[in-house]
Amino acid sequence: MNLKSFLLGACSAVALCGFANAETLTIATVNNGDMIRMQGLTSEFTKANPDIQVEWVTLEENVLRERVTTDIAASGGQYDIVTIGNYEVPIWAKQQWLLPLDGLGDAYDIDDLLPAIRGGLSVDGKLYAAPFYGESAMIMYRKDLFEKAGLQMPDSPTWEFIGEAARKITDRNADIAGICLRGKAGWGENMAFVSALTNSFGGRWFDESWKPQFDQPEWKASLQFYADLMKDAGPSGASSNGFNENLTLFQQGKCGMWIDATVAASFVSNPKDSTVADKVGFALFPNKEGVANHGNWLWSWNLAIPASSQKAEAAQKFIAWATSKEYTDLVASKEGWANVPPGTRTSLYNNEEYKKAAAFAVPTLAAMDAADITKPTIKPVPYTGGQFVAIPEFQALGTTVGQLFSAVIAGQSSVDDALTAAQATATRDMTRAGYIK
Amino acid sequence: MARTVSRGSKIGWTIAAWVVALLIFFPILYAFITSLKTEPEAIAGFSLIPSGTFENYITVQTQRDYFKPFMNSVVLSIGSTILALLFAIPAAWSMAFSPTKRTKDILMWMLSTKMMPAVAVLIPIFILFRNFGLLDTHIGLTVMLTLINLPIVVWMLYTYFREIPGEILEAARMDGASLWKEIVYVLTPMAVPGIASTLLLNIILAWNEAFWTIQLTTTNAAPLTAFIASFSSPQGLFWAKLSAASTMAIAPILILGWFSQKQLVRGLTFGAVK
Repeated sequence: MNLKSFLLGACSAVALCGFANAETLTIATVNNGDMIRMQGLTSEFTKANPDIQVEWVTLEENVLRERVTTDIAASGGQYDIVTIGNYEVPIWAKQQWLLPLDGLGDAYDIDDLLPAIRGGLSVDGKLYAAPFYGESAMIMYRKDLFEKAGLQMPDSPTWEFIGEAARKITDRNADIAGICLRGKAGWGENMAFVSALTNSFGGRWFDESWKPQFDQPEWKASLQFYADLMKDAGPSGASSNGFNENLTLFQQGKCGMWIDATVAASFVSNPKDSTVADKVGFALFPNKEGVANHGNWLWSWNLAIPASSQKAEAAQKFIAWATSKEYTDLVASKEGWANVPPGTRTSLYNNEEYKKAAAFAVPTLAAMDAADITKPTIKPVPYTGGQFVAIPEFQALGTTVGQLFSAVIAGQSSVDDALTAAQATATRDMTRAGYIK
Repeated sequence: MARTVSRGSKIGWTIAAWVVALLIFFPILYAFITSLKTEPEAIAGFSLIPSGTFENYITVQTQRDYFKPFMNSVVLSIGSTILALLFAIPAAWSMAFSPTKRTKDILMWMLSTKMMPAVAVLIPIFILFRNFGLLDTHIGLTVMLTLINLPIVVWMLYTYFREIPGEILEAARMDGASLWKEIVYVLTPMAVPGIASTLLLNIILAWNEAFWTIQLTTTNAAPLTAFIASFSSPQGLFWAKLSAASTMAIAPILILGWFSQKQLVRGLTFGAVK
């Protein structure tokens, strides 16, 4: 054996030993574009951190929630990093299921995180999850259809205007619905929209003593408005449409307006997927005339470390990389500025290159700035959360109420019946859970 | 005397059988057709003519490694089937040839465990797996799949064994065969069609099991069910890619079923006509 062969062999052995000793992080995540992109770029992280390997577990959103909840609640320790929403973060942090992120490093620039997003991920001043991308909700509309109908979309429209415009641009012969809104039952589906809608009508889920408010006039007004609008100007089968279905309809040119998550702005503006990419305009989430509230929809997908993880240090290192400004630059250099994860950092919205590449950047920031989850509605409330109520019981309650409201859109129930049933269900659940004494 | 069947009736029954078979097979066929469409084609509406792209298969393989979950599915389904047969053959023998007054009750109790919703025992099973270090392991999942399919395996084998005349086993005993020899050399060869169909059915059930295989695994032991689950997205309807992933996941078991259909039918109808 010559010296060269010996040295090569020795180097390989050392490299193999290094690989064998590398710490492997298991990350649970959802299958969306930004997450898939991050998986593709992980090699950049492992190159810079050869002592850390990364394994991904990608699951459907609800399955992920179920899996991660089981694992964390039972201290399974299967995951080192989990992808969770801003609904779970404060609840899980209070249960001490998550580790505080206090080792992200000075270069991380924590003060650059958008205040609304950071606030939703902090408990007692400590950050428990780092935002990967964030979103609010806004109106996406067809400029060509508005022009044809002689309409001009205001920057901050009222529901009254939206209702009239939707009815005017509906063209059943051309298979164009004036407006597409979520109708599929689920706390994260139709109830995200209906809760934000009711916030903007001045309604609330609970009063200060946790008494459900479905028997109040604001709920009656918002639900009646929603039901009438979907009947007059919604697509057929609206009660089965969620985010994905409406996205497809809008991309196919079958919706005049769509009010939904700001993250969709890049999908409807992408000519590769959308037939109406060059005809889309954006405006702020509407409010009822006289009610100074734009729904307060705020959501973010975040990376957090379960308390059961044995690799917290390496996990923090990964989170610091994946949610950093440098990661944003990396995505921009590889995939273009329009594809960077939005809605987490102030610096992104000061970046002229981003604003030039993404026509939706300014309206997105305006929507996020308008959202305040600590004051979801104009009346006082005992909870936080915009399109959800940040209590553990909300998932089940929200879905039950969502089923009642979905039945209204399907024409199987009346507004009054649905509200009466929702009031009874919510009162029973909140009493059982000990909120109502 | 054999009943004569008219030509018209024969054609009618054949057409009816084909229609039923096509109806049952159609979802799988449509998933395959959809996998050969582009995403806009897939969501455009009902169509049986795809553009014939294989891009979805390439994307699926690029995004996730197919081979590892495929091998996990093979190991788990075959492993759990062998283990189930090892327990079930003696159990079914005992129940078929040495029944007690409680045999029927035991059989019913075993079957009743299949009627319990799996999610009801998720937390205790999860904690047991965690405490024994079985989470995301092949051994843990093999045992789990064995346990959930064991009642069906025992029931099927019991039904087949009941068709075998007990006198033959008695004759073997009189010739001095031990219990082990009786099971291995006399009973098993006679019940081969039944055992084969049970084996095949159990492999199919284990391959398709999608609750425990997703709940108890992360990366090491995750089979193809977890592979499919990873393609459902909250950011759009990617039906073509999902169909490609589903086709890749079910293709092996479909091919196995195709080649072994004779044995399956023979086994499932074993003893049906006397």
